[in-house]
Amino acid sequence: MSKAPKPRVKSPKTAAKGDVVTIKTTISHQMESGLRKGKDGKLIPRQIINKFEALFNGKQIMSATLYPSISANPYIDFDMKVEEAGEFEFKWFDDNGEVYTKKAKMQLEG
Amino acid sequence: MTQTTEKSQVSRRDILKIAGVGAVTVGAVALTGKAQAKPEDVTAYFKKVGGDAANASKVTVDGPEIAENGNTVPIEITVDSPQTENDYVKTIFVAAEGNPTPEVVTFNLTPNSGVARVKFRMRLAATQKVRAVAMMNDGSTFTGDKEIKVTIGGCGG
Repeated sequence: MSKAPKPRVKSPKTAAKGDVVTIKTTISHQMESGLRKGKDGKLIPRQIINKFEALFNGKQIMSATLYPSISANPYIDFDMKVEEAGEFEFKWFDDNGEVYTKKAKMQLEG
Repeated sequence: MTQTTEKSQVSRRDILKIAGVGAVTVGAVALTGKAQAKPEDVTAYFKKVGGDAANASKVTVDGPEIAENGNTVPIEITVDSPQTENDYVKTIFVAAEGNPTPEVVTFNLTPNSGVARVKFRMRLAATQKVRAVAMMNDGSTFTGDKEIKVTIGGCGG
């Protein structure tokens, strides 16, 4: 795939303290499993997003270790309990050593 | 300069062709049962991570009864837990019984999560059981599974 992976995140802009909010994330990535064969009959080397991390104000909400069984354009959706306003930071780690990041701000209601 | 680089690139149509052929071949391999994990492999994997003696409760694996396309099957895992500082799900291990490798994804949750629920999309090579083990902060483990029928196998599992 020639295009650079593009992360996309849907997180609430505002939330009330104590709420549990859902955050949806995805990144465009071919997630090459390393099990497919190319035109030349040779295996295409594995290249997947192997790790995902979600932080809020530097504190970890969750992280995930991904394996080749995860679909292309990996989609992950999870929750967070709202304590304060701040900034989300999402990180995707590629097999090729690249790290893709995306940030999103959230404010408290009222 | 630009022309040479463009020549070396594969056209979009070529890529689609390769992808199509790949999907068919890998699908066929999956159907013949080659290079597939067995239920025992999943059990061995769960044993390795410490979830072999898991209690079959609290964990709900949700997904479609029948997946028309095994390439992207949405799966949601919910664990019955208050997810507080003293009582929370630390890790959720997900494994598939009929894919080339048993491991699918491992989630590390924190009390900041609020609830123990995750959703993702996975490849399924064939009709099989998707199993999950949840490890609590005190080390106790719970398990759940769901059998999903697959019409067209997911490429490369």
